Amino acid sequence: MTNWTADQPIVRLRDVHKSYGQVEVLRGISMDVMKGEVICIIGPSGSGKSTLIRCINALNDIQAGSIQVEGQEVHDPRLDKLALRRKVGMVFQQYNLFPHKTALQNVMMAPVKVLKEKPAEVETRARALLKKVRLEGKENHYPGELSGGQQQRVAIARSLAMRPDVMLFDEVTAALDPETVKEVLVTIKDLAAEGMTCILVTHEMGFAREVADHIYFTDRGVIVEHGPPAEFFTQAKDARTRDFLDQVL
Amino acid sequence: MAYKTPVPTAKGALPVLLPFAPRGPAYDAFFATRWLAAIPAGWIVALAALFPAMVLAQAGAAAAIETPLEKLLRWMPFLFTQGFLFNVLISVLAMAIGTAVGAFAGLALISRARLLRAVARVYVTFFRNVPWLVLLFIVLLAFPFQIKVFGMTIPLPGWIKTVIGLAIPVSANIAEVVRGAVQSVPTAQWEAAESLGFTRRQTIWQIILPQCFKRMLPPWMNWYAILTMSTPLCSLLGVGEIISLTRQAMEAEGNRPELLIPFYGFALLLFLAYCYPIARLTLRLERRFAVKN
Ligand SMILES: Nc1ncnc2c1ncn2[C@@H]1O[C@H](COP(=O)(O)OP(=O)(O)OP(=O)(O)O)[C@@H](O)[C@H]1O
Ligand SMILES: [Mg+2]
Repeated sequence: MTNWTADQPIVRLRDVHKSYGQVEVLRGISMDVMKGEVICIIGPSGSGKSTLIRCINALNDIQAGSIQVEGQEVHDPRLDKLALRRKVGMVFQQYNLFPHKTALQNVMMAPVKVLKEKPAEVETRARALLKKVRLEGKENHYPGELSGGQQQRVAIARSLAMRPDVMLFDEVTAALDPETVKEVLVTIKDLAAEGMTCILVTHEMGFAREVADHIYFTDRGVIVEHGPPAEFFTQAKDARTRDFLDQVL
Repeated sequence: MAYKTPVPTAKGALPVLLPFAPRGPAYDAFFATRWLAAIPAGWIVALAALFPAMVLAQAGAAAAIETPLEKLLRWMPFLFTQGFLFNVLISVLAMAIGTAVGAFAGLALISRARLLRAVARVYVTFFRNVPWLVLLFIVLLAFPFQIKVFGMTIPLPGWIKTVIGLAIPVSANIAEVVRGAVQSVPTAQWEAAESLGFTRRQTIWQIILPQCFKRMLPPWMNWYAILTMSTPLCSLLGVGEIISLTRQAMEAEGNRPELLIPFYGFALLLFLAYCYPIARLTLRLERRFAVKN
């Protein structure tokens, strides 16, 4: 249907506009993300970072512009949403695990129920994923019995179980205490090192600097400035970016 | 001064009313259960033990050849098996139907189809507020004595109609329980499910409902207790449940006034003994789930 090839952007935003009622939250966002890239989106609170990332997997609709994932228009009414969600995984700030299911069941549920894969095969994969996020031995724990950092890693494994091509992370460490932030960041770093395309909203500047290929700074619904971390952190041109960096660095 | 701390009021403004807190059962989803469960267990036991004494006292010194208590004793097995167990049957059937219909009505309340939602809203609002007795009479009079399905004639005796009549308001209330429980699950759960590709239907049945099942259990049991205590309404429609039978038994015994307290007291005790444990269990479950969630 689409003739997307890996040399084209895997996620492509053009002049995206989004409003809640009268309030315009995204005012013309454009962005290209290549396969295997790690993108960090930073910016002050309320600047529309979460909204932007949620539009990419159609959790929010948009009023104008275009969002394409692997060449497929996300906001096409004829879009096969399931096909999109297989491609795009999402991890939330508040983990949002299913509290009535164990860690293993949380990871297995979508592949079994949504993709109708064989439970035995999914279980092997799910156990491997939990091991990968360093949660061996916690398979049968319920979310309520896990720490925030552990829950967040289960959430990452749950998303990965759908074998997505792109992962979205929305401030996934913001609800964690400083000690557990690291274990989640290590997990994401591993993923990035394996070549997973990641789009992250984060306040962890050190992390962004270390793993990001490209950093976008948003303010009041527009991208003010973007560039590779080395340039971005040292040679920011816009006053708003410099103000923000002064505050957080 | 009635209050130690006068409520401060701006000059010329009406005084702010203190919150109105009626004593006794507050009218919330659990009022019946809370009221029942608040009775100390000892009282129930004492009531059961003192019951014969009260009966004797009412009979007075001039105890007849057969005391009212002895008369009651003679009737007890009949009243229990033919009467009270019938009430239990009616309540169980009405609850089963009410729950099944209520579950779907509750899901209709949160449906994305506006028309279905509106229809369900009208159904639920109407039947939650219409007096149960009125509804029972309507069902009794509106439904035929028998219905013909595929050439078969199925009789509809009065008691079946009362089951239907009781199931309708129960279903409306259960619908609200289901709606409330579903909406008490954070929207984040819906979003997590959506981002994993679950359809809306899958999300409701596999992710949302299993989570709020525990939350629905206490109010569901609360409605069961209310329903059970309402089954004597059926006696007004001529169904031979315990209150009808008790009245007939007293008539058979010559309608003597000293029979009133023992015979109706017995019926009351049966209802208390049946619903009290349910109420206690309900509150215990509610407390436990409240702590866990
Ligand atoms: N469901 C909604 N309805 C109305 N307005 C909303 C809604 N969600 C977000 N907004 C508004 O949109 C703006 C952008 O919100 P968004 O959550 O995208 O910001 P953010 O950059 O992620 O902020 P933060 O860093 O605090 O998470 C805010 O002004 C917010 O009030
Ligand atoms: Mg946000």
